Amino acid sequence: MRFSTITSPHSARPNSVSRTMLLVILALLPGAAAMIWYFGWGVLINMILASVTAVACEALAVRLRNRPVLPVISDFSAVLTALLLAVALPPLLPWWLTVIGVAFAILMVKQIYGGLGYNPFNPAMAAYVLLLVSYPVQMTTWLPPEMLNEHPLTLLQSASVIFTGALPAGLSWDALTMATPLDAMFTQLDQSRMLSEILAQPLWGDFGGRGWEWVGNWYLLGGLFLLYKRVISWHIPVSMLGSLLVIAMLFHFLDQEAYPFGMFHIFTGGTLLGAFFIATDPVSACTTRKGQLVYGACIGLLVFIIRTWGGYPDAVAFAVLLMNMAAPTIDYYTQPRAFGHQGAGRD
Amino acid sequence: MSETSYGRLIRDGLWSNNQALVALLGLCPLLAVTNTAINGLGLGIATTAVLVLSNATVSLIRNLVRPEVRLPVFVIVIASFVTAVELSMNAWFHDLYKVLGIFIPLIVTNCAIIGRAEAFASKNHLLPAIVDGLSMGLGFTCALVALGAMRELLGMGTLFSQADLMFGAIAADWSFSLGANFQGMLLAILPPGAFLGMGLMIALKNIIDGRQRKAQPAKAEAAPAGLESGAT
Repeated sequence: MRFSTITSPHSARPNSVSRTMLLVILALLPGAAAMIWYFGWGVLINMILASVTAVACEALAVRLRNRPVLPVISDFSAVLTALLLAVALPPLLPWWLTVIGVAFAILMVKQIYGGLGYNPFNPAMAAYVLLLVSYPVQMTTWLPPEMLNEHPLTLLQSASVIFTGALPAGLSWDALTMATPLDAMFTQLDQSRMLSEILAQPLWGDFGGRGWEWVGNWYLLGGLFLLYKRVISWHIPVSMLGSLLVIAMLFHFLDQEAYPFGMFHIFTGGTLLGAFFIATDPVSACTTRKGQLVYGACIGLLVFIIRTWGGYPDAVAFAVLLMNMAAPTIDYYTQPRAFGHQGAGRD
Repeated sequence: MSETSYGRLIRDGLWSNNQALVALLGLCPLLAVTNTAINGLGLGIATTAVLVLSNATVSLIRNLVRPEVRLPVFVIVIASFVTAVELSMNAWFHDLYKVLGIFIPLIVTNCAIIGRAEAFASKNHLLPAIVDGLSMGLGFTCALVALGAMRELLGMGTLFSQADLMFGAIAADWSFSLGANFQGMLLAILPPGAFLGMGLMIALKNIIDGRQRKAQPAKAEAAPAGLESGAT
């Protein structure tokens, strides 16, 4: 007979991949619900469509790889990827683009590299970039937030726009859509308008766009919940938001009319979603504590650079993907000293 | 290797030692010009021509050139033929020449060509060298056309558009289109599409090879590659 010996710590904690994923999904829900509240039923349809596609693709890929299907799809990682992508997509995106994006995320970015835990890039962001680069028009067709929306669509109307492309009678895309705050800000800054002049428009709330900043608040709340539950550590969100805030404030201080103030960058676009839910992806981010600080700070820096001088409206996806690429190198140079060894852990 | 198996040479060039998909040589032109099938075909044919001519020449002079200076000599031979091909394309396929641009002179830097000169032509007789050049070139061309077709179809929804650049006016209506409503995936035309498409093609080839190996494992073990070639 063989006695199994277990090393310390002996206090068992019920932890598993599916529990972690469910906690992240739970933390995402307030922000997602706020998205539905402010941007209509299209967001909900996108979320359901993306989740179904993700599970189907995951099942297909696992089947092709001759692995047991049920344990893999019941870890909810595919659903989480789908939800993270869905809240980043425009509410009335044609259904086939959502399907292409999710299929790319699951099949090409995740399963081809070996499934959960092996993907070097964040699947949701890679899919977002694929769609943004390939279909820039559809991917930048956003709706105005609820309080500015003069033509709110019902659930059926939203579904009909998404699945058939047919707009309700008497409406045109121009009447229905509106630039995102981030897009509006940088387009107008490019036309050398003054910041104070731009901020006088009804699009803006206290920090970011109206509606948008509230979605950001709910993501922040979800992120704090994740921190409380120790699903993520504080290093990446704090260093990412901190570096973005510092550099944005520095530039705003240098020229108050040409660079938006620091909090603007935090509360517009995907910054808060990215800081708490995307950049902290345990698979594609850095694993050492010191490395996570560097990783997050570089993401914040890249977000500012790409937003300010780049051609695409939002930068979180690009910044995260670029730093995903650098993560192994950062990990290599920040390995902590192993107990009993001299110097850094690496040889 | 007095008795060369031509069948084996052809199979190597087209499939099992395909310069693009197995040796991974010549990737710069492969990835850069394959945004349409016709561009791929044009560059592939030009490369094949250079490869056949340089292999033949290197094989002819293989006993005259001292090993110490062989690489510069190979480069000069290849550069001369590339210049000749470039001038002829400029004369006879001027529109295609304009599209392919810098990648015609850059054939000279295609590692596949000097690779074959060094690895095969400088050690073999004229005829095997020519057959090798032809099959390697055709294998490379097939990879270029397949990748070009894939990217063109995904990115623009057409196939063999601008075939008239190559085949003259009769080819003007050869192109196939998925219709004006097709919304292409821009990424496929851009450089990342080339890398993704290339990776998928290599993966596909490996899957096919794996299936074949599984289908006949006994045979592969019975005849190791070393014994098969030139034991006589």
